[in-house]
Amino acid sequence: MSIISERIKNGIVTENPIFVQVLAMCPTLAVTSSVVDALGMGLASTVTLIGSNVIISLIRKVVPDKIRIPAYITVIATFVTIIQFLLQGYIPSLYKSLGIFIPLIVVNCIILGRAEAYAGKNKVYPSLFDAIGMGLGFTIALAALGAVRELLGAGSLLGFSVFGSSFEPAIMMVLAPGAFITVGILMALLNQKSINETNKVNDKIAHFHEFDPETGECSGCGACSHSCKK
Amino acid sequence: MGLFSIFISSFLVNNYVLAKFLGICSFLGVSKKTETAKGMGLAVIFVMILSSLMTSIVYKILVLLHVTFLSTLAFVLVIASLVQFVEMVVKKTQPALHKALGIFLPLITTNCAVLGMALINLQEGYTIMDGLANALGAGLGFMLAIVLLSGLRERMEDNDNMPLALKGLPISLVTAGLMSIAFLGFSGLGGL
Repeated sequence: MSIISERIKNGIVTENPIFVQVLAMCPTLAVTSSVVDALGMGLASTVTLIGSNVIISLIRKVVPDKIRIPAYITVIATFVTIIQFLLQGYIPSLYKSLGIFIPLIVVNCIILGRAEAYAGKNKVYPSLFDAIGMGLGFTIALAALGAVRELLGAGSLLGFSVFGSSFEPAIMMVLAPGAFITVGILMALLNQKSINETNKVNDKIAHFHEFDPETGECSGCGACSHSCKK
Repeated sequence: MGLFSIFISSFLVNNYVLAKFLGICSFLGVSKKTETAKGMGLAVIFVMILSSLMTSIVYKILVLLHVTFLSTLAFVLVIASLVQFVEMVVKKTQPALHKALGIFLPLITTNCAVLGMALINLQEGYTIMDGLANALGAGLGFMLAIVLLSGLRERMEDNDNMPLALKGLPISLVTAGLMSIAFLGFSGLGGL
């Protein structure tokens, strides 16, 4: 029981993919204009993550190290393609609103990063719950951001009008700038909370992906580290 | 849409970074200094143009073989191998060019901007020429956005009055948001 709850708590709180590890910024900004989209993306990514973590954990001993990354990408792309067609068939409205970000789940740092950092080195059972934890953490964070943006930008939640017809929403919140500003401010608030608690700044936030052209080093997400290492 | 319309659309009106949210990781990461931002921008333009050509050709092959459902997988693998290959060639043949932009190439292999551009080419049914216009606009738009942000960040670097919680990523995000508002002003340009 403890490995399950430990992995899940890790994914949701301790190493939350968006607010702590600062991964997958692209879909975070793009799909959080409404809670429905955010939940849809979160669940699609979670399903992909679970599938890929399990398979990669199963094949981790047979894949040669040199072609490890293309092999992982192939597994992930297969699941993404399946999900893409399932969504296109069964939930076409979600497929339309998520647009190209469904196939872009393939290069989502969380999925490749977890495959590399955890599933490639651990057994199937912990990898499964690692995937569930990370996926839930991602979905919850996305839904929270989506709720803020949709509430302020459209006066509704999940499509249901909350403030009544006289509310003039700040439409900017559901447009591009609102995404950047909401994520920036929320990240700062959570960062302040963790500074108050631990008296240390989250290095990943203060020095995001800083790429040093001299040494080719970057403090980026685990997914790219394979290409950053020179 | 004419070639120029496609170009302006990808460059300004629907800027890949500030309106489409593609390539955000590298946009926020490599924008600390203007020098590195310029190098990154050039590398992205280079990769986008090559990838646009390669993925258009690969898609035609997939259509011939009736396996278009493999396009996502094929595009990712093609872009990744193309970039690796180009990096190796540039390293061997043009060491000066490699120092200027080759070092950024590994960062672009799983960059969502390049894959996103290839998928948009597919989605909009662009011809090879249309795809190239899209790629050039996307690359230049990325370079414009990242160079602008790096200029702003360089000035914010020495600000001691900034709250600790905002330092680094949060303030960059808010800045990008303000830039995004500015770029909203381009909507409707050229009838787009």
